[in-house]
Amino acid sequence: MNDADHFGEHGGDEKDDVHDALGEQAESEEGYRGPVGAQGNGPPGRDGGDSQDGGDDGGDFGNGPQGPGNAKEPRNGQAPDGPPRIPMPRSSVEDTGLPLPDPPPAPLLLEHRVLKSLLGAWALAACSPEETAAVEEHLGICGACADEALRLREAVGLLHKPESLDLDPTLRTRVLEGCLARRPPRIPVPEWAAPYDAEAARLDALLQDFGDAEWHAPVRLHWFEGDKPTNRRTTVAKVIAHLLAVDGLVAVALGLDDPLGDIAARAQTPAGRTEAFWHAAHFPHTRSVRGPWREQSHDLVRTVSFAAGGSGQLSVPYGDFELPLRDAMLDRAFECWMHAWDIAEAVDYPYEPPAPRQLHRVIDLGARMLPGALAARRQAGLAGPGRARHLVPAGAPGRSLRLEIEGSGGGEWLIPLDSPGALPSADHEVAHVALDGVEFCRLAAGHVSPEEAAAGQKGDREAIRDVLFAAASMSRM
Amino acid sequence: MADRDAPPRWDRKMQQRLARGEAAALGELYDRFSSLVHALAHRVLNDEQAADSITREVFAHVWEDPEAYDPRQGPLRSWIATLTHRLAVQRLRQTETAALARGGGGSTEELERKVRRASVAARADYIVTAMPAPLRAALDLAYVQRRDYRQAAADLDVTEDEARRRLRLGLQLLATAHDSGPSGTPPEHGGGR
Repeated sequence: MNDADHFGEHGGDEKDDVHDALGEQAESEEGYRGPVGAQGNGPPGRDGGDSQDGGDDGGDFGNGPQGPGNAKEPRNGQAPDGPPRIPMPRSSVEDTGLPLPDPPPAPLLLEHRVLKSLLGAWALAACSPEETAAVEEHLGICGACADEALRLREAVGLLHKPESLDLDPTLRTRVLEGCLARRPPRIPVPEWAAPYDAEAARLDALLQDFGDAEWHAPVRLHWFEGDKPTNRRTTVAKVIAHLLAVDGLVAVALGLDDPLGDIAARAQTPAGRTEAFWHAAHFPHTRSVRGPWREQSHDLVRTVSFAAGGSGQLSVPYGDFELPLRDAMLDRAFECWMHAWDIAEAVDYPYEPPAPRQLHRVIDLGARMLPGALAARRQAGLAGPGRARHLVPAGAPGRSLRLEIEGSGGGEWLIPLDSPGALPSADHEVAHVALDGVEFCRLAAGHVSPEEAAAGQKGDREAIRDVLFAAASMSRM
Repeated sequence: MADRDAPPRWDRKMQQRLARGEAAALGELYDRFSSLVHALAHRVLNDEQAADSITREVFAHVWEDPEAYDPRQGPLRSWIATLTHRLAVQRLRQTETAALARGGGGSTEELERKVRRASVAARADYIVTAMPAPLRAALDLAYVQRRDYRQAAADLDVTEDEARRRLRLGLQLLATAHDSGPSGTPPEHGGGR
């Protein structure tokens, strides 16, 4: 192996040992390479501080006329030995009547130790003009510092402003599928958990570059209570806390730790747990919720992978209803996507729908939950009186609505209208609704009202209205 | 990022899970390292598609042979960075050599210079991500936010001495990016295929 080519980990604790490991530059003045940062190669000028203006004339700033600054340097030609280097006296400027030049900045007298410690700041053009002048003066006479200065200046050239390189979110699926094709997994992620895995990764990527302003950006959550739209003002951080609390329902069902810990929720429903979690925070939720949320989402995917065989029977209690584990994971994928969308809108980022295959599974869950939602509306007295409303015995064909979902991830579903137990039947089709897949999801998330949903409609208008309102009624905080 | 502080235990467990054939572990590996891998590859190749392709190669390599990583040799993160660096530099050399062979102009010396420059730039990027956070923060203040060291000291709530020290140490670490031999030549470690 080529050690030089290996990317070592630097440090861990930031101490002088980092320094020692690099080897202190030899203090010898041998190896002198001449001044670094000669004219034209100086540090990028910082506003108000022209680093080149050290009172020098020409590039010879190591030995300029006003060049004290180091005790070792002979001053103005007054070297102890040798002939005087001072040229013939010329007339003083005071005698010419010309205006006097501005006095040069008072040269700084700095110890070698201090000058050396300034080299990093100097290379970054991050010291005062006086210090810059003193350092540059010193570089002319100290080979070791000149070598280091050159090296550090070159290092500055390797820095660049952080670029926000957004990874293509579809790359994850492509990379993982490529890997799994080359070496099939012994423990695969179940297909019904794949949408959750993908959506959590997409949301996490969105959060990656968020600063404090984004984490506290206001987000308005929308959903339906009964037939009425409602909303709630939160922040990005609180939305992640909400996802953490509700994903926790699945975690608990799987025997993992409850993210709420000892916090007592008024009800083990999504809203009850969320309110309790929000309320229990001593400080407003911040970016620190991201880690626990992401860790739990990874743990969920991992655990359902191991449990996949027997977990078909597991069901996840949501307080007032239950979902089979596989549907609960689709529900969580759906919520994750919708809230990621809420967040993206709040901070003005674009956010794409899930990949078609994932979107299809989520839509399928919504379509399968519609008969139950219709029944709940009937029980709550919200469904219209209806014609020929008769209870269809379980397993018998009944009146049906054809739900046609357009776009990628779409398909067709027959929704039994009169009882969740009835068999959907094309022969008993009374209405046909067509809408875009993303629009259907927005409707089911309570982000668009049933009246406003862009849906093509044909047939029994009351049945259509019931189904659209039932879709909206599936939304929750 | 929190990633950097992952304990070695995480590295060992990850390797075991990958060896066991856990697809969920592969997803976690991707989530932790994909931005590092993609950014390094992009720094070397300066091409989005080529960086995507190197990303695929790197994860396939780790997934197919997790045992190639030896936790005793250092963190998984630096092993993956090394692997990425090598594969990306190899790819750059291949594409540049092919362009040269097609008579695209330039010389072998220019090619070597280009490869060397890309390789140093990628090493430097990695050094910045891997250096102790206090040094990185000081460099960021001075370079990106153009604060002088006194302002940086105030921002970081440290002495001016300490601010100078951090800037100097940070640059000294960064300067080691120049120290490696011509990169991408010996692919024997870890085995790029």
